[in-house]
Amino acid sequence: MSGLNRSDIFEILSLVENSHFTELRIETGDLKIELRRDGAASSPSAFEPARDAAPAPVAVPKPAASVVAGECTAVPAPMLGIYYHAPKPGDAPFVKPGDVVSPETVIGIIEVMKLMNHVSAGVSGIVTEIVAPSGQLIEHGDPLIRVKVA
Amino acid sequence: MAAIRRIFIANRGEIAVRIIRTCRELGVETVLGVSEADRDSLGAKLATRVVRIGPARATESYLRVGTVVEAARATGCDAVHPGYGFLSENRSLAEACHEYGLIFIGPDPANLAAVGDKLTARSHAEAAGVPLIPGGSVETLEEARRLSDKMGFPLLIKAVSGGGGRGMKQVRRADELEEQFSLAVSEATAAFGDGRVYMERFVEVGRHVEVQIISDGTSVLHAGERDCSIRRRYQKVVEEAPAPCLSEELRSGLHEAAVRFARHIGYRSIGTVEFLVDVERAEFYFLEMNARIQVEHPVTEAISGLDLVASQISIAEGKPLGFSQADIRLEGHAIECRLNAEDIHNDFRPAPGRVTLAWFPSLTALRVDTHLQPGAMIPPHYDSMIAKLIAFGESRDLAIETMEKALRVCALQGVKTNKALHKAIMADPRFRKGGVDTNYLGGLLPNLVIEEGSE
Repeated sequence: MSGLNRSDIFEILSLVENSHFTELRIETGDLKIELRRDGAASSPSAFEPARDAAPAPVAVPKPAASVVAGECTAVPAPMLGIYYHAPKPGDAPFVKPGDVVSPETVIGIIEVMKLMNHVSAGVSGIVTEIVAPSGQLIEHGDPLIRVKVA
Repeated sequence: MAAIRRIFIANRGEIAVRIIRTCRELGVETVLGVSEADRDSLGAKLATRVVRIGPARATESYLRVGTVVEAARATGCDAVHPGYGFLSENRSLAEACHEYGLIFIGPDPANLAAVGDKLTARSHAEAAGVPLIPGGSVETLEEARRLSDKMGFPLLIKAVSGGGGRGMKQVRRADELEEQFSLAVSEATAAFGDGRVYMERFVEVGRHVEVQIISDGTSVLHAGERDCSIRRRYQKVVEEAPAPCLSEELRSGLHEAAVRFARHIGYRSIGTVEFLVDVERAEFYFLEMNARIQVEHPVTEAISGLDLVASQISIAEGKPLGFSQADIRLEGHAIECRLNAEDIHNDFRPAPGRVTLAWFPSLTALRVDTHLQPGAMIPPHYDSMIAKLIAFGESRDLAIETMEKALRVCALQGVKTNKALHKAIMADPRFRKGGVDTNYLGGLLPNLVIEEGSE
């Protein structure tokens, strides 16, 4: 048996989450761990092979996860807050249906206690629908817009 | 005075369910903020409304002040209940609630500041005339001698910059003082680059006893004490009320000191003043005040008939208590066992997983506070407590009897729990005699034959 226990693994996960690395592989004894963040296509990983229970708390799921070109995907809210389509009232919206977006394209703002957080698309493609209304509460994971993946 | 109609619950697990219970009784609506890991929890099913506040990791969900306040405001709540742990004693949350016109169900920011760090709390205790553990800083051997003459042996010499036992020396007799003092100073210098030390009375046989405070700011009352001496590495395992085998003099002294402390800082809410009882010297010392609802509050509720969460809400609304010290009648005895999802055969390692069966039939004089339900996932992100069994009896013996029955009857499958440990404690003659000290469980564990089994 390797020297790693569950809490070691969670420790590793949180270190990776807080680092700038996108991928990590550890092999020690008969234990093999592969981590990829931001939904980079994942192979059936060897994370805790004996257990079917605890899902691994890997990095914040971004829409890039297993998206297939030509399919529609929703961009989920990365946090709870008040969602705005435009930089300020009366301005043109960040994006509208038909716009081309790249992963870095800002699609809206989420306000949390007067703090404005930019939300990026996280995926390349064409905006097909604006789902979440402007100026209203959105919860963590709520779909904000839909994108036809390029 | 503002009547609370909708409460945002910024917590999870059994305490979220506990708060919802009282809110349902009071006809108050609840909005529960859940992380992605708790979307299917019992609390999420029982709350009037649920909002997802973030991913499983607490630092991105339950510990986010801004998110909690935004979620509470946007869902039309007029108050926030922080439960215990997480943001329960967080001054920023209390302040942000005030700023955004939300009632924080807990003490005000000034109270939180007064008890927030140990040094400030200690200075308040001193000013209030509440006993502190004798000790003080010493610079020379002469000073150390003078102080030790006053406080007696055994004592501890600790590094000012130390922690976790490093740079700590125990001195049992006066003739050891010189050697241990110079050792402590040189070790402190070597380890921390800071040779300053202080001395403190060493309590060999100590009990952890805490007093429940209920205060509307004008009338400061207590609801008796709880004994929380049975702990494993600072984690409480079994609690009971009242504290067994305590002289009436010590008991009333503890109550009186707790009330004095709370009154001194102008405390308004429910809260708990913790003390270390020095069994050999029959004295007690102030440790800290917890400005929140405690995990073990049900044992106090069992012997007093109070609903502490309801009191907490009503005080937060600005209502006067409406009862006096004489109205708080403490009767009978209550014991709480904390069931944790942990592997007792593997150094008590947390054992998260999916609960396949959770059966807590209602037995007379048994209360179960839990968020478990069959199929429930115990996520690995949070603490491992999954249920609290609270047994009540006219006498301590009867309470133990009920607890033993509960431990035999209740069924929990799918995850490993510490149930067998609780059975062993309940059956142990020293526990049954009552009044064990904080060394008790550490001493019991190596000699314990804990039954093997799936549960």
